[in-house]
Amino acid sequence: MTDEVAQKPNPTPPIMAKTLFDKIWDAHVVSSIAGGQDVFYIDRHLIHEVTSPQAFDELEARGLPLFRRTQMVATADHNVPTRNQHLPIEDELSRSQVDKLTENCEKFDVELYGLGHQRQGIVHVIGPELGLTQPGMTIVCGDSHTSTHGAFGAIAFGIGTSQVAQVMASQCLLLSRPRRMRITIDGQLRPGVTAKDLILYIIAQLGTGGATGYFVEYAGAAVRGLSMEGRMTVCNMSIEMGARGGLIAPDQTTFAYLQGRPYAPQGERWQQALAYWQTLYSDADAEFDAEVRYDAADIQPMITYGTNPGMGIALSTPIPLAVAESEAVGFSKALQYMGFAPGESLLGKEISHVFIGSCTNSRIEDLRTVAAYVRGRQKAPHVEAIIVPGSKAVEQQARAEGLDKVLAEAGFELREPGCSACLAMNEDKIPAGAYCVSTSNRNFEGRQGPGARTLLASPLVAAITAVEGRLVDVAALLETTFVTESEGQLVDAAASF
Amino acid sequence: MEKFEVLRSSAVPLPVENVDTDQIIPARFLKATSREGFGENLFRDWRYQPDGQPKVDFVLNNPRYAGQILLAGKNFGCGSSREHAAWALYDAGFRVVISSYFADIFRGNALNNGLLPLQVSDEVLQRLFAEVEQEPHTGFIIDVAAQQLFVPVWEKNIPFDLDPYKKECLLHGYDDIDFLVNQKEAIEAYEQQRVWAF
Ligand code: SF4
Repeated sequence: MTDEVAQKPNPTPPIMAKTLFDKIWDAHVVSSIAGGQDVFYIDRHLIHEVTSPQAFDELEARGLPLFRRTQMVATADHNVPTRNQHLPIEDELSRSQVDKLTENCEKFDVELYGLGHQRQGIVHVIGPELGLTQPGMTIVCGDSHTSTHGAFGAIAFGIGTSQVAQVMASQCLLLSRPRRMRITIDGQLRPGVTAKDLILYIIAQLGTGGATGYFVEYAGAAVRGLSMEGRMTVCNMSIEMGARGGLIAPDQTTFAYLQGRPYAPQGERWQQALAYWQTLYSDADAEFDAEVRYDAADIQPMITYGTNPGMGIALSTPIPLAVAESEAVGFSKALQYMGFAPGESLLGKEISHVFIGSCTNSRIEDLRTVAAYVRGRQKAPHVEAIIVPGSKAVEQQARAEGLDKVLAEAGFELREPGCSACLAMNEDKIPAGAYCVSTSNRNFEGRQGPGARTLLASPLVAAITAVEGRLVDVAALLETTFVTESEGQLVDAAASF
Repeated sequence: MEKFEVLRSSAVPLPVENVDTDQIIPARFLKATSREGFGENLFRDWRYQPDGQPKVDFVLNNPRYAGQILLAGKNFGCGSSREHAAWALYDAGFRVVISSYFADIFRGNALNNGLLPLQVSDEVLQRLFAEVEQEPHTGFIIDVAAQQLFVPVWEKNIPFDLDPYKKECLLHGYDDIDFLVNQKEAIEAYEQQRVWAF
């Protein structure tokens, strides 16, 4: 029968177009099991003090060794104080957790960049900084913002403590392949609109659950135009719309950032790596399970008004009057917590606290942006403004560039590195009822301390708010300032956006 | 991990969407280095005043409701990846969370600890809320092997999805570590032929 001939399988099947995500995923599948899960290999495992102790315990309880200890690196970040890090930690529980990490790392012989070490810092800041994060890798950490590392074209995602133990014991996880979504941002961001505004905009459009079950690739001219720091900010917050992670195809910007970093390949190995990394992009006709497109020109400086990161608006526009019925309960609960009303404008709201830090925005570029704006200005007297660098290296770089002095003169305090007021596990807490403009990634109830009211924004918006002491129309302000100050600091600031 | 075959219980309703893990267990209670005792601080800031007095309007303080099933709004467990959220729910006596959507990491964490995230449609969820709020003692039967939620007052079985591998784990009380450690040879073979070794 002729039909039979036609149905014969093609001996050389055409090479399927693949997404970047699938290229990396496929390269890490050890085997597939019934039910569609893959035994998935992990190249790099980062750990910190909060989500690792129970995993080490589990390993010990089962009498298992670490499978690949050299693929692990540890740091202390969540609990650490941001002042007097050379002294013992005062809080007893925090101290015991940090001590436990040191003890475990000694016992299991894991590289630890602990408190006081030149390489210490927030786990998602030091990974890229040290070159631990590389294109094509799979990277996990017991922390949801592991998605940050996706900025280098890696599959990076947060895991729970049981999974931390699994990776310790086998360097693998059992996973089902997520669906893929591509978010394309065409055009160029306006002056004063940063990577943080870009991601807050996307999350506001898609909602906190809008990308659940997906792994997101960010693409388009606006994304290509971002520095590595900006790309990290974007990928960092992927999780806030429910995505498993986010990634960006590596390019010259990525390679230039990585070259010469302590863990980056050197010499001939660098050339080999580069050749491989250059194959890491989504093929032209690769298919995604979902595609979304936005225009960069539509994005304004953003702020959140509610208690999840999806509740974001352009700073110059009012809080929505109403939301979809299914979200109405959460909306009114959020506004009640925040002390805002539907339809209200946030412009003019007095702000008492400004926090610049967290793995979203605590890199040197963020500090430069803030310093460029506040140079020669003063924070409002009632504002408490703290800047917590993401790592010891960022702190030292800031000091070397004299940013610490600029910040101090403007009334900002440059602290020592850690997670700090991002989740308030140390003493850096925002008082109940106080409004804090924060460059971190979560505005959940009580995230920055019981009763604290968090408004998420970019470092530039945070800096301007600290100076003004209240929320102002940043877009309008920048426009007039650009006109009147054609030379000077703002131009510097714009250069670093 | 404990085996999970069949559970008969009433439910506690929490009709709030997007319950994040910071609410389930606030960060300041994550300083323990063991797995026990997190139940005490489950929903800490919704459950207690800052001075430790119970908030009367929170459902866990409402004597009308009890049970090992938490009935929760859509997108339960979003936010931080802390497994402590699953430990806290389990430690407080919950064995099942019913919702119309679970955040990915929470779902995995729950299953790794013998806590069943049972997903139903939005419509069924709303009807379950209405049922429980009206009649708090309504009992449910959850059968893992059959993958069914039985609602006696409706005389109806509602099927639910469960990954076949995870189902075996629940029924036998074993977890991913046991499985993965047994894959050692395959993993080592994979390491030998990786495209790019770091
Ligand atoms: S800075 Fe905040 S979000 Fe980032 S790792 Fe630390 S606690 Fe998590």
